[in-house]
Amino acid sequence: MNYLLGAFKPACNVSITFSDGKNRKQVPMKKENGQTALVPLFHSQDTISGKVCIDPYQGKKVEHNGVKVELLGQIEMYFDRGNFYDFTSLVRELDVPGEIYERKTYPFEFPTVEMPYETYNGVNVRLRYALKVTVTRGYSGSILEYQELVVRNYAPLPDINSSIKLEVGIEGCLHIEFEYNKSKYHLKDVILGKIYFLLVRIKMKNMDLEIRRRESTGAGANTHVETETLAKFELMDGTPVRGESIPVRLFLAPYDLTPTHRNINNKYSVKYFLNLVLVDEEDRRYFKQQEITLYRLKEDASA
Amino acid sequence: MRALAGVEDEEKWLAEGIAGIQHNAFFMHRALDANNLREVLKYSALMLSELRTSKLSPQKYYDLYMRAFDQLRQLEIFFKDESRHGLPVVDLYELVQHAGNILPRMYLLCTVGSVYIKSKQAPSKDVLKDLVEMCRGVQHPIRGLFLRSYLAQVSRDKLPEIGSDYEGDANTVMDAVEFVLQNFTEMNKLWVRIQHQGPGTVREKQEKERNELRDLVGKNLHVLGQIEGVDLEMYKETVLPRVLEQVVNCKDKLAQYYLMECIIQVFPDEYHLQTLEALLAACTQLMPTVDTKIVLTQLMDRLSNYAASSPDVLHEFLQVEAFAKLSNAIGKVIDTQLEMPIVGAMTLFVSLLTFTLRVHPDRLDYVDQVLGACVVKLSSVPKLEDSRAMKQVVALLSAPLEKYSDIVTALTLSNYPRVMDHLDDGTNKVMAMLIIQSIMKNDSCISTADKVEVLFELIKGLIKDLDGTNVEELDEEDFQEEQNSVARLIHMLDNEEPEEMLKIIYVVRKHLMTGGPQRLPFTVPPLVFSAVRLVRQLEAQGGNIAGEDVPATLRKIFQILNQTIEALSSVPCPELALRLYLQCAEAASDCDLEPVAYEFFTQAFILYEEEIADSKAQVTAIHLIVGTLQRINVFGVENRDTLTHKATGYSARLLKKPDQCRAVYACSHLFWVDDPEGIKDGERVLLCLRRALRIANAAQQMVNATRGSSGPVTLFVEILNKYIYFFEKGNPHITPSDIQSLIELINTEMLSDNGNTTIHSDPFFSSTLRYIRFQKQKGGVMGEKYDSIKL
Repeated sequence: MNYLLGAFKPACNVSITFSDGKNRKQVPMKKENGQTALVPLFHSQDTISGKVCIDPYQGKKVEHNGVKVELLGQIEMYFDRGNFYDFTSLVRELDVPGEIYERKTYPFEFPTVEMPYETYNGVNVRLRYALKVTVTRGYSGSILEYQELVVRNYAPLPDINSSIKLEVGIEGCLHIEFEYNKSKYHLKDVILGKIYFLLVRIKMKNMDLEIRRRESTGAGANTHVETETLAKFELMDGTPVRGESIPVRLFLAPYDLTPTHRNINNKYSVKYFLNLVLVDEEDRRYFKQQEITLYRLKEDASA
Repeated sequence: MRALAGVEDEEKWLAEGIAGIQHNAFFMHRALDANNLREVLKYSALMLSELRTSKLSPQKYYDLYMRAFDQLRQLEIFFKDESRHGLPVVDLYELVQHAGNILPRMYLLCTVGSVYIKSKQAPSKDVLKDLVEMCRGVQHPIRGLFLRSYLAQVSRDKLPEIGSDYEGDANTVMDAVEFVLQNFTEMNKLWVRIQHQGPGTVREKQEKERNELRDLVGKNLHVLGQIEGVDLEMYKETVLPRVLEQVVNCKDKLAQYYLMECIIQVFPDEYHLQTLEALLAACTQLMPTVDTKIVLTQLMDRLSNYAASSPDVLHEFLQVEAFAKLSNAIGKVIDTQLEMPIVGAMTLFVSLLTFTLRVHPDRLDYVDQVLGACVVKLSSVPKLEDSRAMKQVVALLSAPLEKYSDIVTALTLSNYPRVMDHLDDGTNKVMAMLIIQSIMKNDSCISTADKVEVLFELIKGLIKDLDGTNVEELDEEDFQEEQNSVARLIHMLDNEEPEEMLKIIYVVRKHLMTGGPQRLPFTVPPLVFSAVRLVRQLEAQGGNIAGEDVPATLRKIFQILNQTIEALSSVPCPELALRLYLQCAEAASDCDLEPVAYEFFTQAFILYEEEIADSKAQVTAIHLIVGTLQRINVFGVENRDTLTHKATGYSARLLKKPDQCRAVYACSHLFWVDDPEGIKDGERVLLCLRRALRIANAAQQMVNATRGSSGPVTLFVEILNKYIYFFEKGNPHITPSDIQSLIELINTEMLSDNGNTTIHSDPFFSSTLRYIRFQKQKGGVMGEKYDSIKL
C-alpha cells in the first residue's frame, strides 16, 4: 500500500517524466482510492523512454546502493491475498552505488517493448503496467516511485464476422428469432439487429438487451467466475403480436467496455455476452445469451 | 390492473405524473438555459419516463401526453440551435439513442429527427423511414399510439410532398405516402390490439376508450388526403389498396367501420368514383357486425352530391358503371350479412335509390331494378313488422314520387306495387295518401285507362277493405280525409279523348264499386260528376266524333251512371242518390235524351217516396226536384205534366204548413219558365199561388189556435213577392188587384196580430213595399203597370 503514497521519508523527491509526455495521449484511469487520474497511454511495441530525476531536499545527501528503473507488467488476483504475477519485468540500472548531493537526472529507454496484454481492471483481477524506480539503500529502506501506464492494443478488422441468427422459444408459448448483424464488434460499434416474433402466447411487459461481462479467474478447481451487467437497453415496450419484428440498434460507445480477453497469461479471461431478456407481466424473465467478441479498433479507422 | 382501479386513484396517478413532468421539466429548463446538453438529455428523458405509466385511461394519458408535448417543443428549439449545444445534428441523432428506456428514447429521437430533416443534412425520406421503423419498439397499444401520433405530428410539415421544401432529388411524394401509410398501418394495429388487453369484463369500457383514440389513427388518413401530389394513379395503385388491405385484415368491427367512414370522408369524390370497385369490394369483406349500410349510405350520399354538384361529371358515372357496381355490392352485402335487420337492407335500398335518382334520373329501369331487389328481399322475410323498416320502405317509395313530379312515371315501375304489397295496411294507406298528395301537389293528370288501373292498384288500401283490417279501429276523421283524397283524385283522371275517358270511367267504377257502403258516399259523387262532365263534353262536340255513334255512347254512359247511383241505395244514402239522379237527369236533358231524363226523374221520385222519410230532408229534396224540373226543357207535355203534377202533389203533402206553403209557391215556377220557348201557363201559376195562400192562411190560424197569437206574416210576404215576380214577368192572370188585396191582407194580419201593442213593422214587408213605390215612381212601362196599385 505504501508504495503509492510515495516516499514517506522525504529525503529526496523522485519523479519520472516521459520524453514524449507532452504529445502522448492520456486516458483516465480509476485509482484504488476511487479517484480518477489521467495516465499516459501506450501500445505494444512502443518505445518507452524518459527521465528519472532525483532531487534531494535542501542540501541533504542521498546515499544509495544503486538506482534502477523497472517496467513491470503485473497480474493481481484479489482473492489470492493480493499476490502479483509479473509477466513482464524489464530493468535498467541507472546508477552505481554512491551519493547524490544535488538534483540528478537519468535518461532511460525501453525500446519496442512487447506488451501483449491490455491494462484491465476487473472485479477479481487487475492487469497493470507501471514504471518502478528504486533507489536502493542499505538501511532505512529503499526509496520507491511508481508511474502507472495504460496499455491498449488495437486489433485488426476480423476476417470473418458473420451475423448471429438464432431461433429460440418455449414450446407453444413463445417463439422468436433474433438476428444481430455481427458476432464481433469494436468498442465504438453499433449493434444492429431484429427480433422476429413467430409466436406470442404470453403477455409481455418489456424486452431488454443486456451486455454482460463474464470474468473468470484462476484455473481448474479454483476458477472464480464473476458476471456483471454493464448495459441494460430496453428494446421493446409492451406485447407484440405474431409476425412483429422489433428493431435493435444499440450504440456501444456509452458503455465502459474492454476488448474480449481470452486466457490472459493463463490467469483470467473476460468475455462478453448479449443477453436478450423478455419480461412478462408476472415479472418472469425469459432470456437467451449469445457471446460476442469485442475488439479494439484503431481509433481513426473506426470513425 | 388499470381496469380495477377507481376514478379517484386514476386522478391521483395523473396528478403524480403531471408533478413528475413538471419537476423534471424544471431541471430541464435550467439545463436549457445553461446550454448544458448532457443535463438537458438527462432531465428530458426523466420527464418522458412519466409517459411510461400503464395506470391511466386514454383520456388521462392524453392529458399527460399534452404536457410532455409542450415541453418537447422547447426542446426542439434547443436542438435546432447548434450553437447552443455544439453538436452537429447527426451526432445528436445518435446521442439521444443512448437512452436506456425505449419510450423516452423514441420521443427524443422523433424530436431530433424532425430537426434533422429540417437541417436537410440527410434526405428526409431516410430519416422518416428510420423513425417510423424504430417506433416499432413500442408495442404497448396506448403508448405506441401516442408516440406514433407524436411522430405524425412533428413530421406533418416535413413530408416530401410536392411543393414542399423537402421534396426533390431522391425524395418524392411517394416517400411521403409510404411513410404515412406505414405509420397508419402500425397505429391501426396498435389500436385494434387494445381490445386484447385486460380482462373481458371491461370490454364495454374498452370499446369506449378505443373510440376516444380513433382520431389518432384517422389523422393519418387525413394527412394522406392532404398530401400534395397524390394523383389518381397513385391513389388507385398504392394508397387505397394499402389502406383497404389494412382495414380488411384488421378484422375489427370498430376499426373497420371508423376507417371506412374516414376513407369516404377524406378523399375526393372523383377518386371514389374511379376506385368504386375496390372500395365496394372492401365493403363486402368487412366483419359481419360492421354496420356496412351506414358506410355504403355515406358513400352513396357523397357520390350523389358529387353528381349533383356538376352535370359535367355525370359521364364519369356512366363510364365506371357506378350504378351496376353499387347495386351489385349492396346485393352482396345483404346476402352475406344475414344478421342485418330488414331495416338495414331497406336503408341501403333507399340510399341506392336516392343515388340512382340523382345520378341517373333518366334511367327508370335502374329505379325499377332497385325496387325489384327490394321486393326480393322483402319476400324472403315473413311479414314486415318492424316500424322502422316500414318507414324506410315508405321513404323508398316516396323517393321516386318526389323526384319525378309526374306520378305517371312511377306508375310505369313494375315493381312499385309489388313493394307496396309488403307494407302493412296502415302504412299502405299512408303510402297511398302520399301518392295522391303528390298527384295533387303537382297537378298532374292521369290520362290513360292503363295508368289509372295501375294507380288504383297502388292505392287499393284506400279503395277497399283489405283482408284482416279491423274496421272498428279506423279513426272516423282519418277515414273521411282518406276518402276525400280519393274523391279529389278522381277529378285528376282526365283525358280529352272521350273514348279513353270512357275507359277510364269504367276502370274507376270497377274499383270504386268494391269499396263497400262506407266509401261509396265519398267516391260515387266524383265519379258521377266525372261522367257527367264527359257527357257534356260529348254533347258539346255534337256528332263530330268519327265512327262513333254519339247517342249510343251517351246512352251507355247514362246506363253506367244509373247503375252507379243505384249502388248508393244499398248504403243507404237516399239524399245523395237523389241529388245525383237529378244531376244526371239534367245532363240527359241537355243531351235531348228525354226517356233517359225521365227515367232518372222516376228514380228520384221513387227514392223520395220510398227512402226519404225525414221531413227536413223531404223539404230539401222537394226544392231540389222542383228546381231541376224547372230547368229541364226536354220533356214533352205529357211527361212534363206527370212530373210536375207529382212534384206539386208532394209539395202539398209536406208535414209542416210553412214548408207546404213554400214548396207550393215554388212549384208555381214549374209552369212559368222565363225564356222564349219556355212553358208559360199563367193560370196554373195562379192556382199554385192561391193554394199557397190558403196554406199560409191555415198555417196562420194553426199558430193562432195553439199559441194565442198569430205568427209573423213572413209567408204572406213571400207569396206577395212571387205575385210581384210573375206580375212583372207579364203573367196575365196576375192582376194589380190581386197584389193590392194581398198587401191589404198582410196589413190586416199585422194589425190583428199586434192589436193592442205598437205596430210591429216587418222588414221584409216594408222593403217589398218600398220596391213597389220605387217602381211606381220610376215610371215607364213598369211604372204604368204598378199605377193601379195603391199603397
